Amino acid sequence: MNLFCIGLSHHTANVATREQFAGNATAESIARQAGCAEALLLTTCNRVEVYAVSDRQISTDEIARCLIAKTNLNPANYPPPFYRYEDNKCVQHLFRVASGLDSMVVGESEIFGQAKKAYELARASGAVGPYLHRLFQRAFRVAKQVRTHTDIARGMVSVGSVAVELAQRIFGKLSECKVLVLGAGETSERTTRALVSRGVTDLRVSNRSLERARELADSVGRCVVPFDNWVAQCREIDILLTSTASETPLLTPEILAPMLWQRSDRPLFIIDIAVPRDVDPSVDELEGVYLYDIDSIRSVAEQSLTLRRQQVAVAEAIIADHVTDFFDSIARGLNRLSQAA
Amino acid sequence: MERYLLIASTFCFLAAVVHTVLELRANVFRALRFNFFSIGLGFIFQTAFLWIRGQELGRCPITNLFEVFAFLAWSVALVYMVVGPAYRLSLMGAFTAPLVLLLQGFALIAPIDIRRSITVPANSWLEFHASMSLVAYGVFALACIAGVMYLLQERQLKTHHLHSIFYHLPPLTNLFAVITRLLWWGFALYTVGIVSGFFTGHPLPRIQVVAAIALWLLYAAILQARHLKWLAPKRVAALCIIGFSAALALLWGITFTAELHHVP
Repeated sequence: MNLFCIGLSHHTANVATREQFAGNATAESIARQAGCAEALLLTTCNRVEVYAVSDRQISTDEIARCLIAKTNLNPANYPPPFYRYEDNKCVQHLFRVASGLDSMVVGESEIFGQAKKAYELARASGAVGPYLHRLFQRAFRVAKQVRTHTDIARGMVSVGSVAVELAQRIFGKLSECKVLVLGAGETSERTTRALVSRGVTDLRVSNRSLERARELADSVGRCVVPFDNWVAQCREIDILLTSTASETPLLTPEILAPMLWQRSDRPLFIIDIAVPRDVDPSVDELEGVYLYDIDSIRSVAEQSLTLRRQQVAVAEAIIADHVTDFFDSIARGLNRLSQAA
Repeated sequence: MERYLLIASTFCFLAAVVHTVLELRANVFRALRFNFFSIGLGFIFQTAFLWIRGQELGRCPITNLFEVFAFLAWSVALVYMVVGPAYRLSLMGAFTAPLVLLLQGFALIAPIDIRRSITVPANSWLEFHASMSLVAYGVFALACIAGVMYLLQERQLKTHHLHSIFYHLPPLTNLFAVITRLLWWGFALYTVGIVSGFFTGHPLPRIQVVAAIALWLLYAAILQARHLKWLAPKRVAALCIIGFSAALALLWGITFTAELHHVP
């Protein structure tokens, strides 16, 4: 039995190349056309990979032809940057992919769900047999172990996720937080959605253009605060997300300090993603106020990525153990079969 | 013989500390369960030590500085076992273990386990007063540890430099809620301890009484200032550390003067 993986990813091909090989085939069609005993197709925005088991040696070109079956591309004229892994290298590669080690953003968890979905699709079409079933079940187990036993998925790497994670580190449950969104730009909309997805219910939107504020408020189902009244909200809100086009700071220590006395001892978390900044940097010196501008958010994201990269070696060690163990268990299974025969 | 139990207990806390340090150095902090179990085992050894020593003495084993430190370490571990899981503060174990290790390590290394023949019969009010005060100190110790965790988390948030431990520390507001509850519990127990001291029938040294009331006033002032929101959470956390340091100094002084006056 040959176990192999043939594919291309963000490491080897640009998006224009990847999209030419995505969406043209299914696991079942590949298994049928290439003559594989089992096959599974994993397609994401960053990779197109075929995992297959066959009795005979199947060339990379044969798989490539299956992937472009419905298009006019000719692999002979256009040699794609495919990689090929066999046996233990293939197992190791899958474990790395499922654990997020091979992802563009190391440690991201979306790939885990995508791999599960690909497995379910292939299983439903009958393209997955006992070998790939065992391999993928083990891959899911490895991915979970890597996430539990390392900090590979810790930290945050986008503005929205940094804002959400920091807010959770300050307040715990976000469902009890009051949030004011000042300025209704695209980044602020994405961050607002991230906050809402984590349970924020008390959300107020304020914008110079009332119409745009209403649009954002309606899209997340929350209320609008007139722009002239936003400062007064600082007495009661927990999180201020600001991204206006103002040329001068809208919030200064002189404005905020008197209001802090009227607040209870809850902290105030300010996310200022505007350039030029909406909040005077010296506001951060006030007690109980945590101000993050776009540079500090980027710096936090960079620290998170560094932390994740430091965890790669630990994750690789876990994967190496599982690769050995997986082949041992396959060998034990084959021995049992031969003894039974 | 019972001293070996305390040594075994100290090794359990040492194991928790070493494990934490290794995990922190490797940037893979997963010490939570290990810490809880090694502190739990250490607590069992501590309890066995105090039980045997108490049986031997025929009274609560707080007759010299060695026993007082062992009892205090036991109180800290006891409060952690109650508070840690209840408030989902598993990381607190990583901070509790070094404190208990220090207390017990000092008790074992310093020549303070001086046994005196005690002829005076056990005074139940005095024992209640002393043990209740020591349990209150244990609660203040945990408030101090929560204060350290708060300041650590707060510092990282302010400076925007987030270490691996940042993701394992509880949220700021949760930590502050725990600090407040621990301060109230410690204060209530300490008040009971002080009031029961007036029923002992023994004339306690004046300096002890004055120092104990001064500590009570310090914690009362912290709580009052927190209640009236005069103090920011960060300052309350810092005062928890100062308060417990004062409590330790006072404990030393009380035990020292008690030994001078031969009060068990």
